[in-house]
Amino acid sequence: MSSLSQWLAGGLLIADGAWGTELQARGLEPGAPPDTWNLTYPDRVAEVARAYVDAGSQVVLTNTFRANAIAMKGDLEAINRAGVEISRRAAAARALVFASIGPTGKLLMAGEIAPEQARAAFDAQARQLADAGADALLAETMSDIEEARLAVAAAKDTGLPVVVSFAFDSGKQKDRTMMGATPEAVAAAMVAAGADAIGANCGAGVEFAAAICRRLRAACGLPIWIKPNAGLPSLEGTSVKYHTTAAFFASHFAALRDAGASFIGACCGSTPDFIRALVKARCGSN
Amino acid sequence: MHDLQLLKDALIAGDWKTAAAATQAAIAGGVAPLAIVTGHLMPAMDEVGRLFECEEYFVPEMLLSARAMKASMEILRPLLASTGAKPAGRVVIGTVKGDLHDIGKNLVAAMLEGGGFEVIDLGADVAPELFVETVAARQAELVALSALLTVTMGWMRTTIDALTAAGLRHKVKIMVGGAPITQQYADAIGADGYTDNASSAVALARKLVAA
Repeated sequence: MSSLSQWLAGGLLIADGAWGTELQARGLEPGAPPDTWNLTYPDRVAEVARAYVDAGSQVVLTNTFRANAIAMKGDLEAINRAGVEISRRAAAARALVFASIGPTGKLLMAGEIAPEQARAAFDAQARQLADAGADALLAETMSDIEEARLAVAAAKDTGLPVVVSFAFDSGKQKDRTMMGATPEAVAAAMVAAGADAIGANCGAGVEFAAAICRRLRAACGLPIWIKPNAGLPSLEGTSVKYHTTAAFFASHFAALRDAGASFIGACCGSTPDFIRALVKARCGSN
Repeated sequence: MHDLQLLKDALIAGDWKTAAAATQAAIAGGVAPLAIVTGHLMPAMDEVGRLFECEEYFVPEMLLSARAMKASMEILRPLLASTGAKPAGRVVIGTVKGDLHDIGKNLVAAMLEGGGFEVIDLGADVAPELFVETVAARQAELVALSALLTVTMGWMRTTIDALTAAGLRHKVKIMVGGAPITQQYADAIGADGYTDNASSAVALARKLVAA
């Protein structure tokens, strides 16, 4: 039995909520990559991780989304290591640590970077996260199947379980990635790439997540990872507002579970309250 | 008739080889370069925009069309220049300070180039001073500002204010775009235009330059 299926033996797991917007609430300055805070303000990053574990997250991510050599500069090895260590301390024995790997931010098909460059960047980050002691690796917010293939291959080389998650935020039904990929195309390609679980994160909001979850589930036999955002933000004056409330978000818990989700969490704009509401919804629905 | 429908189809399908060959064939057949641009490239671009807006086309299809457009324009540009025809306009484009995201900006730049604009791409994380310097030095008619992050979009206003302070504001039109940007925000910071996707950015740029 793989570690992933052992972890899921007791039923679905509640993941965490947003990091970027939580760090911004703690003073992350405009434009600075949140990942550097692993070195400069580790206590504030730890606060976010702890808040999610305290709220009931059984899986917490790491503040390492951008820490690949194409997306940002800096001492990436130290940032990735600190990211895992911070989440690990917060999780202790209470939660698993899935280390976050985001996209490069460049388009392969436009020739902005070569596939070898992307692969090398993912290889380095995956190795750093694995060496630091992550339980699993999560390639998330992907939109390009080709790029995700490279991330999954790099992550698999570490020997850890690999989850790969796409942002479905385009198309009339909000069921396509920015690159036009459907849940079916994503599932087929990621099964072939050897992912241990596949999923959808960020996207266009929780209202669209159950339909995507169901289609991913129908298209493959892998566990499904679902982490929708708190809707799309709007600007009120100079402050950014997300309109989805924790209660509204959690009201979709049963629909997501019935659609076959194995991991349920929340993305951009969510808070530990969202996770508390999900935990409550799970207790209420048993 | 020099199979100009073939050119238009190739542009829409994103087939740059056929687009280049059809452009060469049209020129060899005596079709005026400007007529190829206005009669075929621009309508093809509009069709790509329509397909993107009704979500039949996604980013990859749009990129391929932009590439085909560019292949055709590269053949036509020297001929247009020799007949005294000017580019559609000169645009300075960049992602504002503090923001490293450039996928959207690159798409807009590719579409503008395909649409016949001369594009000066300053890249990402561009300081207001660099926009000011470049607009002054290159006598651009249009500035296109991009931001993906709500935390960096404030630099759009700072950049526009810097152009005003440098006495350049009346010489350029400014267009803005990016995930968090809205028409309301564009109005609030004193931009001249906003669109929510790369293909309609070309139509907007044409309109702003003509105004």
